[in-house]
Amino acid sequence: MNDWLNLLIGLAMGLNLVALGTGRLPSLIRVAALQGVVLGIMPLVIEHELRLLGVAVAVATAAIKGLVIPALLRRAMRTANIDRDLHPLVGFLPSLLLGAAGMIGAVVLAHRLPLLPEHHESLLVAGSLASVLTGLLLLIGRSKAISQVCGYLILENGIYMFGLLLMHSVPLLVEGGILLDLTVAIFVTGIIVDRIQRAFDSLDTRKLTVLRE
Amino acid sequence: MRELLLIIVPLAAAALAAIWPDNRTRPWFLPAAALAHTLLAFGLLLFPPAAPFHAWFGCDPLARAMLPAVSLLFLGCAAYGVPYLSLRAERSNRVFVPAFLAALGLMSAAHMARHLGLLWIATEAVTLSSVPLLHFNNTPRAFEATWKYLLVGGTGIALSLLGSFCLGYASLHSGGAGDLTFAGLMSQGIHLSRPWVLIAWVLLLVGYGTKMGLAPMHTWKPDAYGEASGIVGAMLAGGVTTVAFTAILRVRAVVETAGAGVVANRTLMVIGLFSVLVAALFLLSARDFKRMLAYSSVEHMGILSLGAALGGAGLWAAFFHVWNNSMTKGALFLSAGNIRRAAGGRTVDEVSGMSLITPRSAALFVMGLFAVTACPPFGPFFSELLIVKSAFATDHGWAAAFFLGCLVLAFFGLTRVVFAIVYGRPRQAARETDPRFRETLAVIAPPALLLLLSLLLGLATPEVLRQAWTAAVQQLSSTP
Amino acid sequence: MISVLEFLARLAVWLFLAPLLPGIINKVKAWVAGRRGPPVLQLYYDLARLWRKGVVLSMLTSPGFIAGPAIAWVAVLAAALLLPLGPLGTSLSFRGDVILLIYLLALARFCTAWAALETGSAFEGMGAAREVSYAVLAEAAVITAVLTLSMQSGSVSLSAMLTPSAGPGAVLLAVGLFAVLLAENCRVPFDDPNTHLELTMIHEVMVLDHSGPPFAAVLHGAAMKLLLFSVLLVQAVLPVGELSVAAASGAMIGGVLLVTVAVGLTESLTARVAFRRVPLLLTTAFLLCVFALLIAWKGGAA
Repeated sequence: MNDWLNLLIGLAMGLNLVALGTGRLPSLIRVAALQGVVLGIMPLVIEHELRLLGVAVAVATAAIKGLVIPALLRRAMRTANIDRDLHPLVGFLPSLLLGAAGMIGAVVLAHRLPLLPEHHESLLVAGSLASVLTGLLLLIGRSKAISQVCGYLILENGIYMFGLLLMHSVPLLVEGGILLDLTVAIFVTGIIVDRIQRAFDSLDTRKLTVLRE
Repeated sequence: MRELLLIIVPLAAAALAAIWPDNRTRPWFLPAAALAHTLLAFGLLLFPPAAPFHAWFGCDPLARAMLPAVSLLFLGCAAYGVPYLSLRAERSNRVFVPAFLAALGLMSAAHMARHLGLLWIATEAVTLSSVPLLHFNNTPRAFEATWKYLLVGGTGIALSLLGSFCLGYASLHSGGAGDLTFAGLMSQGIHLSRPWVLIAWVLLLVGYGTKMGLAPMHTWKPDAYGEASGIVGAMLAGGVTTVAFTAILRVRAVVETAGAGVVANRTLMVIGLFSVLVAALFLLSARDFKRMLAYSSVEHMGILSLGAALGGAGLWAAFFHVWNNSMTKGALFLSAGNIRRAAGGRTVDEVSGMSLITPRSAALFVMGLFAVTACPPFGPFFSELLIVKSAFATDHGWAAAFFLGCLVLAFFGLTRVVFAIVYGRPRQAARETDPRFRETLAVIAPPALLLLLSLLLGLATPEVLRQAWTAAVQQLSSTP
Repeated sequence: MISVLEFLARLAVWLFLAPLLPGIINKVKAWVAGRRGPPVLQLYYDLARLWRKGVVLSMLTSPGFIAGPAIAWVAVLAAALLLPLGPLGTSLSFRGDVILLIYLLALARFCTAWAALETGSAFEGMGAAREVSYAVLAEAAVITAVLTLSMQSGSVSLSAMLTPSAGPGAVLLAVGLFAVLLAENCRVPFDDPNTHLELTMIHEVMVLDHSGPPFAAVLHGAAMKLLLFSVLLVQAVLPVGELSVAAASGAMIGGVLLVTVAVGLTESLTARVAFRRVPLLLTTAFLLCVFALLIAWKGGAA
């Protein structure tokens, strides 16, 4: 079980690097979607016996993160008529190197932290921290609103991965609430992206500089 | 059950308002629901219910010490909201009114949440429900502010979720059953895994600190407060920040019982003093009176965390200050809204001589200025005095000195802007922008009453409140 | 006497088999594109033709123009002889010979660049600058890959180092080394060996002014380098050293053929990337090797 899980986490970590290295928005969205699907599979790998509710949560996660939100982002991308983040604030190469360094740091840190015996062999903590770092890097380093939303998605994915550690203890009610909140958050963000596009005729957040000291 | 009504009543009103057909009468839902909420909240304050130990929701002493202040502030904003929205009759308020009411219900839920996950859900929901409030004006600037609010606030809230999970893992690691209620976590006490508790504390402080607007996570605040209308600004500055402060206090209590109280208090003190300093420096260069209020809010959040860091008497003073902050911020934002509407501008370059155009609002604004800069006999003077006293009493003289120095700087910054817009000769352009605006009783009474409450809190603090604050301090410092 | 014979046999293998690889690549490319393509032995014909031709020298050149390709050719050949061939081992092995291998390859590159600069032409200088700047990044990946191998085996000698591990580390290492192979041998997507526009060339532009036997040395050296990297890649991933001689030679030939076909397919199916994206690609290869290193290190610790 742990091997399969670690393989999935490794895949998610690889996708982090792809996200950092790409400047094309369609591939960035695809990476975020793929990571969402990978995350959706994880609970099925962790659970020993499949319960209906657990499967439902997994399917819902995969569907929302893998289909609904990417579709929303693609629509925003089409209306804004852009497909590249040409002038990121942090270049692709530096962000790739930072991401890789962060990933190594996450692995080292995860080894230092006290873990339960059943989590010793698992990469969940490392993968989670690496995804959070990747998300933060994208949020800070990219200039297009859609890239930033993708960064936010990847950040959330990292947190979701950490949440899997607690899967047996956090009641499903809380999980459901968290998932719902995240979904609404992304939807609201998507709507605002749409409005920014209409108001500024661009999704370049570097143009949002009217408000400053 | 009464405490659940605090959540249900505003949410039900929000749902009703969303389907209410008439744009002109819909704003009346605001004062109606607010009045019911205030009565309920004060009923709970006077006749406290018994909160079950492991309940996920409960009007415990901490919630009782905070929630009525938010409720009062909301009542003021709601009363102001009716004339405000009638001035903005050209825009549909079908989203604004339900979102505003939902924010009240969710804030009540967040205050009363005794479960880490529920607290997070409620706080996130408050953030989301305030998004439509922020871009009510629909200008590009409003969208810019909303985008920054969402991005910074969303990141902060995401980090606080990660922190909540870390705290949960700390409990799991030390053999807990994953009980995420604060009572359950505190009963594990010293056994919680220390590295995880520290990580959780940092993440939660950053996360909820972003919501609260502590420097350096305050960057969204000037933009959001500057672009939001007066009632929304008042609600954000006096209500949402209080939610985040409550969350930080609850987490701090857990961290303290886990044996990391010294670290927690030190970080709170550093971040609090840093916020006060940053706010004071930015206030010295502020030119926009609504952004000025935002920096003033950052300053007061710093004061709150300083008080919380001192513990004991300092914490008591922080509860006192929460009330003062809510009342004075309400008065300031609402009177600033009047001035903004009459003047048509927001910076000292565009606005001056408002004492001639809107004499009553200008008078309220100046009095609010004195209240917020802690001049006697307003409430903030007494609460800040108590914080300084407890700082000296706990051998934090240097912190008190630093704090007082920053307060002086902030005073200079605030008075400079306020006097620049209140006195002098009115600008020609300003007098012609909005001829509809009249200083009616409806737009003057709410800020005046809030200011009066602030004065009352300072001169004669009601005994029931003192007891509520003492109970809250006891709740937070009870070590098993 | 035996050892001398064996040495000569090795030399012959490297010298005579190397020009086969570019031929296979071109055949694969032609096949994918639906053409008949040049014969597999085309490079042999070219080399023979060039050997018979005279040398045209610019008035600006110094003897370095001739010496460069010659030294480069010898360096690549020496590097190839250091590389062990499965169970047969190597004719020359000592502690740290892998470092000598890397330096010999670097020497070859230096000499090619030097000869290019000797012509005094702006194009050649441009090509040399590009080649060297990409090589810096590729070298980082190579050294990391070597570190991974030596971490796995606990040795710094080539004959002992090539003991591959199974698992994700091997996959990462294989992909990283394959990218390095493409970059070092100037193949698509880093460089296009068939391009006709000097401005977009990297390696080809450096040797534009060469002719006759020196040019033959350059071409043959490039082919040997390709073979060298393929053999290295195969041995870094497949446990060839533990097989019997016959099975090992079969595996080796199969592996090298597979790599060659893969290169041909890559060239046919991908487009060359823009210059400014190349560093990103090479950094990715480097990172893959770094993660392979990390896995080797973690695996060693556990």
